[in-house]
Amino acid sequence: MKFLDEYREGSTAAQLARSIRRTVRREWTLMEVCGGQTHTIVKSGLTELLPAEITLVHGPGCPVCVTPVELIDKAIAIAALPRTIFCSFGDMLRVPGSSKSLLDAKASGADVRIVYSPLDALKLARSNPSREVVFFAVGFETTAPANAMAVWQAEREGIRNFSVLVAHVLVPPAMEAILGSPNCRIHGFLAAGHVCAVMGWEEYEPISRRWHVPIVVTGFEPLDLLEGVQMAVAQLEEGRAEVENQYRRAVRREGNRPAQQRIAEVFEIAPRAWRGIGEIPASGLRLRERYRWFDAEQRFPVDVGTVPEPSECIAGLVLQGLKKPFECPAFGTRCTPETPLGAPMVSSEGACAAYYLYGRRPHEGSESELPSAAPG
Amino acid sequence: MKEVNLSCPVPRPADDCIVLAHGGGGKLTNQLIERVFLPAFWCAPLGARHDGALLNLNGLRLAFTTDSYVVRPLVFPGGTIGDLAVNGTVNDLAMCGARPLYLSAGFILEEGLPMELLRTIVDSMRTAAESAGVQLVTGDTKVVDKGKGDGVFINTAGIGAVKSAAEITPASVRPGDAILVSGDLGAHGVAILSVREGLEFEAPIESDTAPLWTPVEALLEAGIEIHCLRDLTRGGLASAVNEIAGAAHLGMQLTESAVPVREVVRGACEILGLDSLYVANEGRFVAFVPEQEAAHALDILRGISISANAARIGRVVESHPGIVTLESRIGGHRVLDMLSGEQLPRIC
Amino acid sequence: MCLAVPGKVVSVVEEEGLNFRRGKVDFGGVQKEVCLAYTPEAAIGDYILVHVGFSLSVVDEAEAQKIFEALREMEQLEELEGP
Repeated sequence: MKFLDEYREGSTAAQLARSIRRTVRREWTLMEVCGGQTHTIVKSGLTELLPAEITLVHGPGCPVCVTPVELIDKAIAIAALPRTIFCSFGDMLRVPGSSKSLLDAKASGADVRIVYSPLDALKLARSNPSREVVFFAVGFETTAPANAMAVWQAEREGIRNFSVLVAHVLVPPAMEAILGSPNCRIHGFLAAGHVCAVMGWEEYEPISRRWHVPIVVTGFEPLDLLEGVQMAVAQLEEGRAEVENQYRRAVRREGNRPAQQRIAEVFEIAPRAWRGIGEIPASGLRLRERYRWFDAEQRFPVDVGTVPEPSECIAGLVLQGLKKPFECPAFGTRCTPETPLGAPMVSSEGACAAYYLYGRRPHEGSESELPSAAPG
Repeated sequence: MKEVNLSCPVPRPADDCIVLAHGGGGKLTNQLIERVFLPAFWCAPLGARHDGALLNLNGLRLAFTTDSYVVRPLVFPGGTIGDLAVNGTVNDLAMCGARPLYLSAGFILEEGLPMELLRTIVDSMRTAAESAGVQLVTGDTKVVDKGKGDGVFINTAGIGAVKSAAEITPASVRPGDAILVSGDLGAHGVAILSVREGLEFEAPIESDTAPLWTPVEALLEAGIEIHCLRDLTRGGLASAVNEIAGAAHLGMQLTESAVPVREVVRGACEILGLDSLYVANEGRFVAFVPEQEAAHALDILRGISISANAARIGRVVESHPGIVTLESRIGGHRVLDMLSGEQLPRIC
Repeated sequence: MCLAVPGKVVSVVEEEGLNFRRGKVDFGGVQKEVCLAYTPEAAIGDYILVHVGFSLSVVDEAEAQKIFEALREMEQLEELEGP
């Protein structure tokens, strides 16, 4: 497949790995922001190709992991209402709320459906006029244009039985929160390429300047991530701190203007709570006044109370890159993909699940038994 | 530290009810078997945990198996539930090294099912049975109220005559064995999803449902020492290899670039957010043979149309018993775990 | 959320105005309908990145090549420098 296969090729990967090895002199810790990037890193075993001086830390770029428990509980409560068809992307279905997940709710009889696009949910609303169709609008800026369009179309067409449960989060405020944390040990960032395809990278320039950190807008294929690491390491070794674009084939500095306009028309910036981290001001999106009719939280007020995160789950620290999953006392024992205590173990991009599935299980025998890439 | 009872259906620690994932062919299915069925029905053939039971009736070696079919939609590109019902059971017998001979079929029909649809399904079963060389010798029919069934559920059971001298079963797998796959992956799962999700293809992707006795027979007749066979169904290649790794207490190492997947199936998996290693197949199997026989086995398989794309994808090792690893295209490694439950499409 | 897949535009429908601009996009032989409202410049034959049924960006094929050109140069340098 064009523009995919070439970026997954072995000898080019090895070349980039050699280039990184030639450039690196000191130890550096880099954070890749997006869950999709974490997924690629884990799936391709990319860290094996990196020199030991480089540590990759997985950031909070998995909206699945950072959606607050209360919102999952609200989603489940709304899904259980009579006549509701609750639509969501597949990623969200397994995440535990305070007592169950959406997939659980489905097993108990709620009409929960996986869709691939918010427009699919809108289609369902059109063809089921007597039902209330609710779409779980989770995601970073990448997904916001799609959700904005669905709401915009619903308003233009007068589709009254459609609403969205909004849980949009924004990347730059999260990055700043991480950088502002006293324990922050991140030297540079691999920014989320598709978020930047929408938003551009202008808003990262002040962050890079203020904190003096390199930020490299990076794609999602193994070669993209390797090139992104190489560019970040080069900056760090040279003492530079600027925003660079690795994902040149897809991202322009100004981003996608029509998409930004539609987002601004439908949504406005709002404070948002991040699971495990807490509330970050101006870090989320909510529907503007004109489109409030489509806000599922307003249309279906459900009381779920405030819910504390289970005390053992250190998701917050893992999400900020302050702790590695296997430093958690529950990792691999009380908390596994089979019996998750928190979202990072459930989501396929969650750092804990990634570490568990990748085999780094200090509890279960020797890591050295597992194969690893030959050096050089 | 208080215990928090978070229940997540994909893996569900409290076994208080059945969830869809129990039928997914992954970890939960296996847990159900281990925790509910095996303890109740324990006996040696069942304990072998293979696709079929190997039985000895005073010297007459038989294989016996059963399978139920609940697929939706009932008709899809490349076949119907009827094809699956025949081929699936035929293949379970073939995976025991047994020539499939006789099938039974039990139908659970939903009130309101159009007669013509039933005829289509039955017709496809007849054709499939003829291709596979089996006779349907006994059956049963029940009808349930409208709303209590998905149109049609079919159970088939099958008997075959074991043709292999040695037992073809996970316990026969040895370190150093080559792991072969009989063809490209993912066609069946994608064919099903294409109907459900409204995908279109330049050339439609058809289910790969097919009987598999012919390639197995060819291997046996050539004298290939087959250690284990398993047909790939729900849960895909990853689940099948994991099951055998677990049953054999051996490690397995696969190479991603060696696993055959057609470009169009890859495209569908990319846009649906699925991993082709976990997508369902119906006319494919993995074979474990001694290293020195691998090349010969591949030659034989590639000479038969259903296994023309057979490939060598990995090997069995002594280290990390029960764990399957995958070398990625860029040379890194990951553990190829069994699915916890259903594979859900991802957008992230 | 970030999984965007590159595909080739094979047909475009734009009678109902820009906001409903859509087209058939081919992903290695699979075709799906995609909303093209956010890439008004995308034409038949272009490669676009598609996320949840929407095109977000047109792939710049010239830029896409640069990493491979740079790596080829690097390879030549490596050969000159020796092991």
